[in-house]
Amino acid sequence: MSQTTDSHADVPAPMAPHKDMKWIGKSVKRVEDPKLLRGLGRYIDDVVLPGMLHAAVLRSPHAHARIVSVDAERARRAPGVVAVLTGPEAAEQFGPLPDSGPAPDKHVWRVLAADKVHYVGEGVAVVVAENRYQAEDARTLIDVTYDVLEPVVDPIAAAEDTGNLVHEALGTNVAYERTFTFGDVAHDFADADLVVRDRLRWGRQTAHPLDTTAAIGDYDAGTGEMVVHTNSISMTWLAFGAAVALGIPSNKLDLRPYISGGSFGSKQFCWRSTVTAAMMSKITGRPVKYVEDRLDHQLNGDQHGSDRYYDVELALMRDGTFRSLKIDCVDDYGAYIQFGVGSHGNALAQVTGPYRITSTEYRVRAVLTNKTQQGAYRGFGADAGNWALERIVDKAAAELGLDPADIRRRNLIPPDAFPYHIPSGNMYDSGNYEPVLDHALQRFDYDGWRRKQEAMRAEGRKIGIGVVTANERSVYGATEFWFWFDDKDVPVKTTSTPEGVSMTVDTVGAVTVTLYSTPFWGNSSDTVAAMLAAEEFDVDPADVSVVHHGTKGGLPAAGPGGSRLTVMLAGAITGASKKIKDKLRRIAAHDMEVDEADLEWVDGGYQVRGAEDSRRSIGDLAMLAYLVKTALPDGEESGLAADFVYDHPHLTMPKPDRSDLGSFYPCVGHACHLVAVEVDEETGSVDILDYVAVHDSGTLVNPRSYDGQIVGGTAQGVGTALAEEMTYDAAGNPLVGTFWDYLIPTALDVPEVNFGHEETPSPITAHGIKGGGEAGRLMAPGALSAAIDDALRDHGVRVTELPATPERIVGWIQGHRG
Amino acid sequence: MTATHESAAGLGEIDTDPAALHPITITVNGTTHRLAVEGRRLLVDVLRQDLRLTGTHTGCDQGVCGVCTVRLNGATVRSCITLAVQADGAEVRTIEGVAPDARTLHPIQQAFWEKQGLQCGFCTPGMVLRVQEILEQNPCPTRAQVREGISSNLCRCTGYQFIVDATVEAAERMAEGS
Ligand code: FES
Ligand code: FES
Repeated sequence: MSQTTDSHADVPAPMAPHKDMKWIGKSVKRVEDPKLLRGLGRYIDDVVLPGMLHAAVLRSPHAHARIVSVDAERARRAPGVVAVLTGPEAAEQFGPLPDSGPAPDKHVWRVLAADKVHYVGEGVAVVVAENRYQAEDARTLIDVTYDVLEPVVDPIAAAEDTGNLVHEALGTNVAYERTFTFGDVAHDFADADLVVRDRLRWGRQTAHPLDTTAAIGDYDAGTGEMVVHTNSISMTWLAFGAAVALGIPSNKLDLRPYISGGSFGSKQFCWRSTVTAAMMSKITGRPVKYVEDRLDHQLNGDQHGSDRYYDVELALMRDGTFRSLKIDCVDDYGAYIQFGVGSHGNALAQVTGPYRITSTEYRVRAVLTNKTQQGAYRGFGADAGNWALERIVDKAAAELGLDPADIRRRNLIPPDAFPYHIPSGNMYDSGNYEPVLDHALQRFDYDGWRRKQEAMRAEGRKIGIGVVTANERSVYGATEFWFWFDDKDVPVKTTSTPEGVSMTVDTVGAVTVTLYSTPFWGNSSDTVAAMLAAEEFDVDPADVSVVHHGTKGGLPAAGPGGSRLTVMLAGAITGASKKIKDKLRRIAAHDMEVDEADLEWVDGGYQVRGAEDSRRSIGDLAMLAYLVKTALPDGEESGLAADFVYDHPHLTMPKPDRSDLGSFYPCVGHACHLVAVEVDEETGSVDILDYVAVHDSGTLVNPRSYDGQIVGGTAQGVGTALAEEMTYDAAGNPLVGTFWDYLIPTALDVPEVNFGHEETPSPITAHGIKGGGEAGRLMAPGALSAAIDDALRDHGVRVTELPATPERIVGWIQGHRG
Repeated sequence: MTATHESAAGLGEIDTDPAALHPITITVNGTTHRLAVEGRRLLVDVLRQDLRLTGTHTGCDQGVCGVCTVRLNGATVRSCITLAVQADGAEVRTIEGVAPDARTLHPIQQAFWEKQGLQCGFCTPGMVLRVQEILEQNPCPTRAQVREGISSNLCRCTGYQFIVDATVEAAERMAEGS
């Protein structure tokens, strides 16, 4: 890892795509799938431990109230109940949950509310019983007396309010506020021909994986060891945070990863179910399972997405050339702020998108309200950021009378400008954007669609076309979580985001890869690891064994998040493989009595250059490594095993004055989405007629599963754009709690995506891979918004608020009709 | 304002009488089981907890998502809102009963594998059972018919496209095989 503050002297020029690989680039069938297809996946709720108890949590019915008393006596006597822990009791016995937000001591975040409830759904007591039925029965026997307070709901009002506070100790509802200025914004705005302004609203959504967050705590009172079987928390190197909350030594805690039915970011920071299950096991001395039900997950899962109010200004020239961008954002974080404003750091990684824009101002106000707090959802703030930028670009195109594809084309960063530093300081490693646009326009038949559109509109049909060209930053750097604060206020300026793997080649040459963070969340971790190892050793991916190790005694690892996993595993597996292959080469050279330099790796073994019949296979050499010590070079240990911890490929430090945030999200992909829609003016429904997605995420590893990520992310983007919303009434009551009212798309709501690929390899990663896991959701909302605008242009409708539900669309049409 | 969260029921009102157990007989994947269950016990809990057939998952427990889909006397039902007593005397098929043996996948499972009709696999058991029902009713569906058919079941990962691919592929394989 480079941690210099100089520019990109150490970044090599982009390479040409390499086509000589055995497995990378092939659509290999996933190694995870046979067991999943048979129903033998062993998700966390499938696991039963001897003597295991079941937990249910009593939740606050009030958005904001003081807890006067909690009486659990009747619940404790109920059939099957083994223990009840109330919020005040938990606060005496357990520490706060890990919180990397600003001033965590002023908005203390606990597994159960202790003195005040801060949102509907915050836990106030846990019941543990022989089965879940009994735990839920007993939960209804707990009497809680509340002193109900005025709820804090509207973040704009809450930002000004100093009387009614979510957390009194903080003295304000604004948990964090800062304005960054990069470059000469004032000059660029003064110099511009025109300024386009927009006020935008990105509604609150949530990932809603079909499998909720769950854990089984298993405490051994004899040894003091705590094992937690969990489907969340991938960050091995931060597991000590849970140990602190539980009051046990960090080296006595083992978080064991289980596969999970989806995450999309939501499980990344989910400490709560792990701590709930573990603390109840510590209290009862028996294994305790806690599985969120859908309502638990929706109301108390700590994973709502960004909830933003934007004022955006774009300064540009009359010919459509962009100059400068100002963004002012209020983000409604809910009742706590567990990762600070990291999701705005994320947006700053590509704040100016794929465009040449020379200066930027970014203001954020993070406001606390009586709602569930935010977590991560696929895009982690860059989803909203991309949408806001593409919205203002469309508005500029409309004001100048330019075609939306043309205004984008004239502002794209040219290929010879890479590596490219955007005003905030982040580096884009490589890119070739115009071919992506051309590819998409051609695949969509843009001109043909424009003609068709006019013909259909002539028949009275409201047909619209939307286009976005936007980026997907991948491989996050830890600086995005703290560069918000001045250096003196940052206790540890974290720069590590490690990913460790161990590899072994056994006595007969079979390969095992051990992963240290990576629960399988649907993201093909095992297939990726198997393919990368197979590429190194010329074996079949189906023959590679992949093991998931717990945190205890493990290597540091950060797991999935920020579209990093494939890149990081590639770095780690390449590194570990090299160590093993170097050893195999030494053994082969010694055994064949030739110079190491004369050997080459060909088809699964070492041979003297050009001499195929001299080849010693990996199996032959492994046999020596394990069984014939006397055949090894002097000092060579027996066996074939290697650890490798790969860290961030290119991180540079932020400047002390924060005029430059450094490079923190450098593996930057690009995409163009094009969509045609038909809007029904009477019902407000949106029908997707055609959808093209062309992506460039560097070297493709497994095209079929990559496309799966794109279409899945695009479907989530459709939900984001048209339907999904976590709404609250004026009293802070959540208005949705089930899939009846939180509308995730069905098979009838999402398009058939017509895929295309370009490959511009990253110059800084193994094999030139960039991440692509979030890309679909980062593009679709902007494309659909633009298409709806275009369809309803006669009404002067612009989509300024998401989701663009049928009700909203009808309202906009009526509003414009006056 | 002070509000007391009233507890719902007194101890005496909770039905804890073992006599309230109901004898049922269900045949799951060809094996007949005789069980005694509480009246409120859900079919999904009998399958997952009592019979340890954990391939049937739950995603919402509210009858919306279809993740808990099983076949009851041939028809798909949501086992999270089906009482076990309602299944008395019934034939139940779960995902564990779809593949012909431990080495061979059913053509639908095979097509899901080849077309990557799954990512996290959580909706997959219910989706496979639903697809099986769709193909029994219409062995050669169009893509639009498949989409309509599987719109009963939510999937958060795949965006459904590769599930449709897999279903069409499975239909072709099954037509060739028959
Ligand atoms: S779990 Fe049964 S329908 Fe969702
Ligand atoms: S594959 Fe994950 S929910 Fe369908």
